[in-house]
Amino acid sequence: MPLHLKIDKTMNTTKTQTPSQTVGPYFGYGLTSEQYLYDFKSLITNKITILDSNSDYITIKGKIFDGENNPISDAMIELWQNDGHNRFFGRFGTGTDAENHFVFQTIKPKSVENQAPFVTLIVFMRGQLIHSYTRVYFSDEEVLNAQDTVLNAIPAERRNTIIAQKKAGCYEFNIYMQGENETVFFAV
Amino acid sequence: MSDLMENSFDIEVQPSHLYLAYTSTILRAPSKPLLLLKKSLTEKTGPLFEDFNLGILDNDLTKNAIKNGEPIGERIVVHGKVVNEKGQPMPHTLIEIWQANAAGRYVHKVDQHDAPLDPNFLGTGRCMTDSEGNYRFYTIKPGAYPWGNHHNAWRPNHIHFSLFGNEISSRLITQMYFPGDPLLEYDPIYQAVKAKGRELLISKFDLNLTEPDFALGYRFDIVLRGHNATPFENR
Ligand SMILES: [Fe+2]
Repeated sequence: MPLHLKIDKTMNTTKTQTPSQTVGPYFGYGLTSEQYLYDFKSLITNKITILDSNSDYITIKGKIFDGENNPISDAMIELWQNDGHNRFFGRFGTGTDAENHFVFQTIKPKSVENQAPFVTLIVFMRGQLIHSYTRVYFSDEEVLNAQDTVLNAIPAERRNTIIAQKKAGCYEFNIYMQGENETVFFAV
Repeated sequence: MSDLMENSFDIEVQPSHLYLAYTSTILRAPSKPLLLLKKSLTEKTGPLFEDFNLGILDNDLTKNAIKNGEPIGERIVVHGKVVNEKGQPMPHTLIEIWQANAAGRYVHKVDQHDAPLDPNFLGTGRCMTDSEGNYRFYTIKPGAYPWGNHHNAWRPNHIHFSLFGNEISSRLITQMYFPGDPLLEYDPIYQAVKAKGRELLISKFDLNLTEPDFALGYRFDIVLRGHNATPFENR
């Protein structure tokens, strides 16, 4: 599957980007309507629908914490993964679980070009004027994680903030917006 | 790294993460610098929506939640074109919208503003851009509403927009405002945008788009981050 990045370096940009604004607290009935029990069909859910018997289904679960370590109950998380075999785009809000978890069921991505497998998360919430991008790596991929160029570009003391820990039945991935354990966010 | 830089958020236009006047940013904005990332296959692609079957009334919020009559308020029709930073159209991309009703009340259970719900108005819908990047939807003009950011804080009339483009780096969530709204001057969410970008969030009244005896027409064009108009082979 050849990929061609067609960027014409000689042309200058002509249009100014439309500014980003916060998703606000009231996205639930529009963007995650079925999860929040509103009468509007959801196009995007938190479970992959591709059925591939050779694939390894996984659950990624976590909470998002603000700068005072309180779980955030009105965030929306989107998951995007593409390893060239399986692609999945998912979405879930933290407002319906009693403990404000987000949860995704997907297929574990494969390694691309010897890099460690990962999925991308996009974080939206009231109080974020621009969304934040992070990556979820997996704790049971020690060999690939150790040689991954992105992980190795992150200061060692912060690397663990984006490695999901394998627990009984799921990978736990908590997101800290600020503080000592602040999650690594990427400019994408 | 050059590909990355060309597609980043434009700091001369975009709001910064932390904006003290918008108090919710204080505990929620990342405090450490973002890490620059060389794009991989994952970042060079994004979800495609061509297989989605939108409902026939998904782009008409004046009709998609009718229970026993028409929703109350001023009918409007919003048109626009979605392009990238080179001005190339972004075809077949999903646009999702949500908003308050004409009284300034959201259907969302968390909204406790003491203004009436409208039994015939849900306030959410969606559409796809056509092959030239154009979109259109019908709705009711949303009302202003109070919020707890500071004393006597009111949000200007606005419609929330969610867009994709063809890479996850072109993802955009924004808000469309209306021309001449006196609340814009006092709204920290709008004012957080750098001066160069603010006008771009205000729709334009357009008599040519106005449908006689039916709905006022507004134009809201959108520029997504990025330069690449050709969808990657990612299916
Ligand atoms: Fe709003």
